[in-house]
Amino acid sequence: MPVRVYLADEIMTAHLLGDIDHHSSREIREEIDERAGRAHPSRLVMDFRDVTFMDSSGIGLVMGRYALMQELEGELVVENMPEHIKRVMKLAGLDRLANMESGRTRR
Amino acid sequence: MKMTNQMKLSFLSKSVNESFARTAVAAFITGLDPTMDEITDIKTAVSEAVTNCIVHGYRDSVQTVYITAATYPDNRVVIKIKDKGCGIEDIEKAMEPLYTTCPEGERAGLGFALMQSLCDKVKVASKPGKGTTVTLHRKLAMRGQDDSQE
Repeated sequence: MPVRVYLADEIMTAHLLGDIDHHSSREIREEIDERAGRAHPSRLVMDFRDVTFMDSSGIGLVMGRYALMQELEGELVVENMPEHIKRVMKLAGLDRLANMESGRTRR
Repeated sequence: MKMTNQMKLSFLSKSVNESFARTAVAAFITGLDPTMDEITDIKTAVSEAVTNCIVHGYRDSVQTVYITAATYPDNRVVIKIKDKGCGIEDIEKAMEPLYTTCPEGERAGLGFALMQSLCDKVKVASKPGKGTTVTLHRKLAMRGQDDSQE
């Protein structure tokens, strides 16, 4: 499983692991959505510290979870993005939508 | 310019092969002594192109994806990623950032935009009903050593 999901109080943390591509993002998405749909967290933290590779599938994954948390009236936090992943986000123009300066993005 | 090395690869259009494809291309170019950033750039661009073949070209039917990669004496890498799938009606539109025909799969529509950012040149040749070939050109920095030829 390329993601481990923890719940503490109302904060759900999705610890992402390994490569995020079209293949793995489906499983990650299903796991997070299923758990968040049941628990209704007030905050979802996507932790990228152990992500080894990411293509534009990861951008779809973040945008989709942002929409999910809006639906649940909670917030999304993107944490610990390695440089190479920030680069993909920037090249894709996502830095214009969210502030990623500190490695911690609050939207 | 005469190529210094070449490899050809074909594999089934299963999503599990996306990581195999980008890793194989990365392994092939290690002979050019690329930086980590260069490897990551090329892996990302290849991953986008291969995903397009699987998601769009073959629309989840399992057929064959073809990759040819060649290196040149000026440290250029040329990678062709080809499918014999449905083809693209309007290439210009397909390359527009955020345009996607597959929003339900959470495709961000940024594949071509990323390929263009990560490569020096991206060429797309496509015929509806015949398939699509994406050609990625990327020149790697020369890193001091003489480019010894074998």
